[in-house]
Amino acid sequence: MSSGFFLSPLRRSLWRLTFIACLPMALPAQANPFETTLDNGMKVVVREDRRAPSAVHMLWYRSGSMDEPMGVSGVAHVLEHMMFKGTRKVGPGEFNARIAALGGRDNAFTSRDYTAYFQQIPPAHLGTMMALEADRMKNLVLTNDAFSSEIEVVKEERRLRTDDRPRALVFEQLMATVFQAHPYRHPVIGWMTDLEAMTAEDARIWYRNWYAPNNAVLVVVGDVDHRAVFKLARQHYGTIKSAKLPMRRISNEPKQIGPRSVIVRAPAELAYLAMAWRVPSLQNPQTDRDAYALQMLGEILDGYDGARLNRRLVREQRIAVSAGASYSAISRGPGLFFLEGSPAPGQSIEALETALRAELQRIRDEGVSEAELNRVKNQALASRIYSRDSLMGQAMEIGQLESRGLSWRDEARLLAGLRAVTAEEVRSVARRYFDDTSLTVARLDPQPLPAVGTPTAPQQP
Amino acid sequence: MRFLFDFFTALSRHLRTPALASIILAVSGISSPFAQAAPRIEQWTAPTGAKVHFVASRALPMIDIQVDFAAGSAFDPAEKSGVAGFTHAMLDAGAGDLDEQAISERAADLGLILGGSMDRDRASLSLRMLSSAQERDESVALAATVLTRPRFPAEILERERVRSLANLREALTKPAPLGVRAFTAAIYAGHPYGVNSDEKSISSITREDLVGFHTRYYSARNASIAIVGDLDRATAEKIAITLTRNLPAGGNVEALSVPSPLKEGQMMRVANPSAQSHIFVGQPGMSRDDPDYFPLLVGNHILGGGGFTSRLMKEVREKRGFAYDIHSYFEPRRVLGPFQIGLQTKGAQSTLALEVVRSTLTGFISEGPTEKELQAARDNMVNGFGLRLDSNAKILGFVSMIGFYGLSHDWLEHYPRAVSAVSREAVRDAFARRVHPDRLITVIAGGDGDKDEGGTGTTTQP
Repeated sequence: MSSGFFLSPLRRSLWRLTFIACLPMALPAQANPFETTLDNGMKVVVREDRRAPSAVHMLWYRSGSMDEPMGVSGVAHVLEHMMFKGTRKVGPGEFNARIAALGGRDNAFTSRDYTAYFQQIPPAHLGTMMALEADRMKNLVLTNDAFSSEIEVVKEERRLRTDDRPRALVFEQLMATVFQAHPYRHPVIGWMTDLEAMTAEDARIWYRNWYAPNNAVLVVVGDVDHRAVFKLARQHYGTIKSAKLPMRRISNEPKQIGPRSVIVRAPAELAYLAMAWRVPSLQNPQTDRDAYALQMLGEILDGYDGARLNRRLVREQRIAVSAGASYSAISRGPGLFFLEGSPAPGQSIEALETALRAELQRIRDEGVSEAELNRVKNQALASRIYSRDSLMGQAMEIGQLESRGLSWRDEARLLAGLRAVTAEEVRSVARRYFDDTSLTVARLDPQPLPAVGTPTAPQQP
Repeated sequence: MRFLFDFFTALSRHLRTPALASIILAVSGISSPFAQAAPRIEQWTAPTGAKVHFVASRALPMIDIQVDFAAGSAFDPAEKSGVAGFTHAMLDAGAGDLDEQAISERAADLGLILGGSMDRDRASLSLRMLSSAQERDESVALAATVLTRPRFPAEILERERVRSLANLREALTKPAPLGVRAFTAAIYAGHPYGVNSDEKSISSITREDLVGFHTRYYSARNASIAIVGDLDRATAEKIAITLTRNLPAGGNVEALSVPSPLKEGQMMRVANPSAQSHIFVGQPGMSRDDPDYFPLLVGNHILGGGGFTSRLMKEVREKRGFAYDIHSYFEPRRVLGPFQIGLQTKGAQSTLALEVVRSTLTGFISEGPTEKELQAARDNMVNGFGLRLDSNAKILGFVSMIGFYGLSHDWLEHYPRAVSAVSREAVRDAFARRVHPDRLITVIAGGDGDKDEGGTGTTTQP
């Protein structure tokens, strides 16, 4: 911990924050969360939060789009859609209807690293949720008819999220260019060409391969007693046999040997630029100091309205309409550090790129101030407290850690790791990781719309 | 550090548009007469004239505050659409002795999240802060400065004007904003709810406009404050005074007129080279204090508001695979807010999808819901009470809405009784009187990139 930390004008409150983070006496339950592992290998994590009669039940599978073989990109997400199509016991659409009748809501999501299903329900119905969720872990009925209708829904989703959004296309192309071997090169939604070729059997194979208790983590947060939850989990999930999971043959991305770039042409007004550097992700919370320093670097560049990128590029130099930085420390695959932005009218994309690089260079040359560093640390501490307000947010945090190879137990270590970052460490990562050799740049080259499609006011028929 | 969240995190099976999400939060909060009491709301008027609604919630060391002014874009001066938005957006561009950099650094130092939102009715400032006395008091003082002593620097107005025009031009290349603008203008022709900012109006805004707007609308008696969190009543009273005592005296705030009903249906197409058509169908809907509020709310839950279980979802998505997102909502406002059905489908399919929407809506209006559907909707809305009030953020959403619209302070207790009392006949009757299939506005925006049937995967790249 840097000495500057204690020189903060907020030292009193920081001490208090530390106290809260380490000894959550103000919070209703103390030895929280609680963990057990069922005999079939399924881990169960429960955080008791008894403020309101509400509970979140979330099942995480440690398989996402990065586990997909070539040719079936998007199948993890397609299967997630198919999981609502019914089982031998529960008819199509009934899953949603039963949860709705209890007052609940439910949904699911897929990422590169995992697939997760959740319901928010009155806690009295937790057993019913588990019965339904355990049932579809093994008894899904996946018909050709249901598949051929749902794959059209997924294609519409792809059009909505990606094909009609030039900036989403830029990121899709950026990832496909950064990664040549690692499966992060494929979009979670899948390439349209793969969606068009996909069959119900592809989805069935995915389901048989990965939907097993020993590939899952159950997270329950809310107005529950953890012993009762453990008991229910044993009753509903404990009877499912563990399965032999396929080998995960994930290609490691070879070292990048030179700068890369890609251009997307699509209808738009504003140009757009996204730059990605290969950097480490956090694998060991004790030792991976660079990942913490990179996180702080991201916050110093773009962690608040007055942070460096917005301040200099948008407010002072007015080179950009928007500018940002992003780094996700925790992921199963390789890490990337992004800078992105959109040039202001009359400014070129090259000028924006130069200005973004100049901010990195300033940090390499001059370092960062203690005040800046303390500011973003304060924010990290405060946001940790704020995150306790949402049951869903807490369940997400636990589930993401668990499905990415870390543990909820690392939460405190992760915060301590961030708080220990020094100004010199931030400068050091800025110096070591932003070489052009590991850089990929993607640009949106905005194309004019057809004449009829460029109204300056809503068109009348 | 925000832009990649969606990209890295996840694809969700069911999209909720931001508009819809706010409706769900604002509308479907329900209290159960049997299970749990709604949070206890204390209510008073501060000596400054501001209305205050307060809920003590002591479990977490944090406080949420929202200050709402009847200063939304419906109050824009004629020909100057955008003044309300710029006034709101520039509150923190310099205030009192602090410039914009000092304000954002100060907020970050305190761990204060200073946010805002803006709609047609309301301009809101929101604060999420730590409840320890020093952080709390300094956060409130900073917010008070921003609210009461904004500088509106002319030079920053110019910068924001350039950004705003650039973002507007960008938006006008995209089917969703193009469609929303056409839809809004058509259902509210001649009403402030139907005005869209454009290059001309944004270019005409001056610093004096912002100062004038702030002086007239950001007054204590035009303010409603909601406070939820770790503090006692006496502290909440002090905070309400601090936030509002130096506000301008305020000018006359006119009441919004009731939008006229549509005289005839209209179908509009907006050209855009996108793969999907964004389709909007609707009309002026209902007000926050509408006598038909509950029948329309429950009915809409069944029609297209209830997510996976709604009729539109079943017909358009589940049976036919026509769309990922298909929804309907009533957005209750001070006066008739919009009723809207929305979906996106590949261009070549838009006519087919629209036919399904129309027949589903017409069938629902003529026959009303089945007893089973009605029961399912009531079950979801009543049994879900505790879930919609299980965090300070969610409670704040309701409490601020109750305060701003002047709803009864037992509105949350009343809710489940009112939902439970809705009958099939009441839904059928309310929809028949209020929704007119022959007088709906339909907008189809974009989809020109997918003219050929079967031409899937058409991207918009030329």
